Amino acid sequence: MDGFVRVPISEQEPKVRATNFEEVCLGYTEEEAVKEAERCLNCKNPRCVGGCPVSINIPAFIQEVKNRNFEKAYEIISESSALPAVCGRVCPQENQCEGQCVRGIKGDAVAIGKLERFVADWAREHGIKPHSDAPKNGHKVAVIGSGPAGLACAGDLARLGYDVTIFEALHKTGGVLVYGIPEFRLPKDKVVAAEVENVKNLGVKIETNVIIGKSITIDELMEEEGFEAVFIGSGAGLPRFMGIPGEQALGVFSANEYLTRNNLMKAFKDLDTPISRGKKVVVVGGGNVAMDAARTALRLGAEVHIVYRRGEEELPARAEEVHHAKEEGVIFDLLQNPVEILTDDKNQVTGIRIIKMELGEPDASGRRSPIEIPGSEYDMDCDTVIMSLGTSPNPLISSTTVGMEVNRRGCIVAQEETGATTKNAVYAGGDAVTGAATVILAMGAGKTAAKGIDEYFKNH
Amino acid sequence: MYPILRKEVLADKIILMDVKAPRVSHSCLPGQFIIAKIDEDGERIPLTICDYDREKETVTIVVQTIGASTERMALLEEGDSFEDFVGPLGQPSELCMEENLEETKKLNIVFIAGGLGTAPVYPQVKWLHEHGVDATVIMGSRTKDLLFYIDEMKAVAKEVYVTTDDGTYGFHGMGTNQLQALVDEGKHYDRCVAIGPMIMMKFVCKLTKELEIPTIVSMNPIMVDGTGMCGACRLIVDNQVKFACVDGPEFDGHLVDFDLAMARMAQYKTEEGRKKLELEEGDTHHGGCGHCGGDK
Ligand SMILES: Cc1cc2nc3c(=O)[nH]c(=O)nc-3n(C[C@H](O)[C@H](O)[C@H](O)COP(=O)(O)OP(=O)(O)OC[C@H]3O[C@@H](n4cnc5c(N)ncnc54)[C@H](O)[C@@H]3O)c2cc1C
Ligand SMILES: Cc1cc2nc3c(=O)[nH]c(=O)nc-3n(C[C@H](O)[C@H](O)[C@H](O)COP(=O)(O)OP(=O)(O)OC[C@H]3O[C@@H](n4cnc5c(N)ncnc54)[C@H](O)[C@@H]3O)c2cc1C
Ligand code: SF4
Ligand code: FES
Repeated sequence: MDGFVRVPISEQEPKVRATNFEEVCLGYTEEEAVKEAERCLNCKNPRCVGGCPVSINIPAFIQEVKNRNFEKAYEIISESSALPAVCGRVCPQENQCEGQCVRGIKGDAVAIGKLERFVADWAREHGIKPHSDAPKNGHKVAVIGSGPAGLACAGDLARLGYDVTIFEALHKTGGVLVYGIPEFRLPKDKVVAAEVENVKNLGVKIETNVIIGKSITIDELMEEEGFEAVFIGSGAGLPRFMGIPGEQALGVFSANEYLTRNNLMKAFKDLDTPISRGKKVVVVGGGNVAMDAARTALRLGAEVHIVYRRGEEELPARAEEVHHAKEEGVIFDLLQNPVEILTDDKNQVTGIRIIKMELGEPDASGRRSPIEIPGSEYDMDCDTVIMSLGTSPNPLISSTTVGMEVNRRGCIVAQEETGATTKNAVYAGGDAVTGAATVILAMGAGKTAAKGIDEYFKNH
Repeated sequence: MYPILRKEVLADKIILMDVKAPRVSHSCLPGQFIIAKIDEDGERIPLTICDYDREKETVTIVVQTIGASTERMALLEEGDSFEDFVGPLGQPSELCMEENLEETKKLNIVFIAGGLGTAPVYPQVKWLHEHGVDATVIMGSRTKDLLFYIDEMKAVAKEVYVTTDDGTYGFHGMGTNQLQALVDEGKHYDRCVAIGPMIMMKFVCKLTKELEIPTIVSMNPIMVDGTGMCGACRLIVDNQVKFACVDGPEFDGHLVDFDLAMARMAQYKTEEGRKKLELEEGDTHHGGCGHCGGDK
């Protein structure tokens, strides 16, 4: 094989995987990983690192893979990332490291994400765990939320010797990694639970079923339970709806509800929590969440259409997810937008009225906005509609914390360099600050805030 | 783990439990609810907080067995535990907030509890009593055997009127008939709180609109997380979308779209199940209004 093409990766056959919830991508073997690592040019000025939101020393770890020093490769990644097994699976690499890779100019970029995943899986399978020998410093820090931001912040603080407790509202830890992203992309027991275990092994305590702002407030944590600093990584969990007629009908769900029932409550295993197994499902939206909802519905036996108001180019989802969705048989109805959900006399969804769109001139931000084509409406039969239009931060915490500012979109205001909010000793990061974004950015923000909190204690 | 310290059968298919849940017991107020999960594979079941003891760190729940999960719950005994028990969720009842007490003291309040609704009404009436406000309570049920908490309620309310649809105890009729009768006698109320099956709340609201009594209802739609994350619990109130778990569960009953809320309850029922729901609404849920079927 010449150096222009990447080593192919094994995946479950599309027809087979469309009927199960097992992981789609099977990962590289050692031989394949080494071979792919050999394609890296070990550039003097590695552009890939510039594309990585947490600046992993990519060429260095890839060289170690090439030389079969997998443990060393893991150590290099771990200097910058707390969740490599997750990020290797879900990062939008084509817009980040791989999008910048010089190999990509003439041929395929190095499969950095797949190599990262290989290294992290290898480390887990060989029992290599992060550890800490920092002496305990006795300072108590509370971390709110157990998503990527919270886990990363808690892990780093524990490594620095802090006494850390994570408070999680749900009964399971992992945030979106357990309730949102499905099993077939991110195995829960194998990968997510192992990452959580790693954080626990560093001495972090986790208390589930505690809703900050309801069970106890941040001010009470600090005044009554002796926490000296707090990190908020509560995510952006509030679903948006379109506000079109028929949206309250039976058979219309938010993607959050649909995915939570399936992933967190494991409805696909026919346990106590029910899920609606539609025959024909329309998913509205074009992001990762929409792809996940569509591919879940497909696996539950439905014919699935994705209706998105912009074109293929503009789909915000990871390229790999769009590709996988198509292979599995999800139908893409692009440049189209729902205007009404049709119902019967029992208020059950019977169809959806859709209008066709075209892209107008680029606006100030450079994005071409979709415009309705008058008179182009048509009706499509369906029994289920899943709304995947984005989410915003939940006001539960901000509305119950004295002296902490939020912006107009409900996001917590925090300094980028430290994670400090406008309230003393309270830090924040991840989707709660940025609005819905990515795992790597949330993880990076958690790590930044851990540094910020450490600085805070040094100065006090 | 959240152990069950006490279990008591209150009436046919109605069970009370005191559950040790320190964090919830310290922060809860009347009107709020919890979500309980029996074990790893269990469903998240929302249940109203019916009483609490901050010293013993317990929360009292009253469960009516109507389906798979509540039946499984009823099999738990003293000494068993819930794997998960989270709360308090939702907004506390406006009438039971210290900051509103001066206003509340000026009100003549009537509670209408339908069937199981007696359980969530009780802590509110008790809280008001402890804060110097005595309310009138109408508690209705389909028949005598389903009544519970009569003595407890009498101890904290100004007056208690008990109704049964079949006349086997107290006033022969429904909660709405009793309210009408009291108003006809010349009683005046400035506030009504109705808690019970949706259809009962709907008909109470229809009456209190005519009588011009502002009315609060407690909505219990299907829920998953209970924190505003899924939107399963959405309702239309005053033509706006509200999430019952964070904006409620109590709302101005004159503004709630009850027909939509009732339709949404059928989401996870098969056709067969929906028929059963119609039957069961008539059966277990129908204390105190008797309008069952009249709406369908
Ligand atoms: C379906 C789906 C697919 C996605 N796919 C991708 C992908 O492929 N690649 C990618 O990079 N990103 C993806 N994302 C986005 C990514 O998952 C998020 O950006 C990331 O998880 C944000 O991390 P976080 O730690 O800020 O918040 P979250 O992961 O949302 O975690 C927040 C946690 O805080 C808890 N919490 C909230 N409020 C409270 C409270 N009051 N008290 C206590 N706990 C609280 C929540 O229960 C939750 O567990 C996806 C998101 C979704 C929903
Ligand atoms: C805020 C809130 C407070 C509640 N408080 C109490 C309480 O204090 N005591 C109590 O016994 N129940 C209460 N409920 C209802 C309780 O959660 C349901 O009865 C329970 O989830 C049914 O589960 P199941 O598996 O046993 O029944 P299922 O098999 O799921 O359903 C059986 C029947 O119950 C109906 N049902 C399903 N979900 C609900 C629901 N959320 N509310 C009412 N009926 C429902 C179904 O339509 C069906 O007829 C409350 C619900 C909410 C949302
Ligand atoms: S840009 Fe590509 S080839 Fe160069 S170091 Fe990074 S991964 Fe290797
Ligand atoms: S129960 Fe999920 S938003 Fe209310």
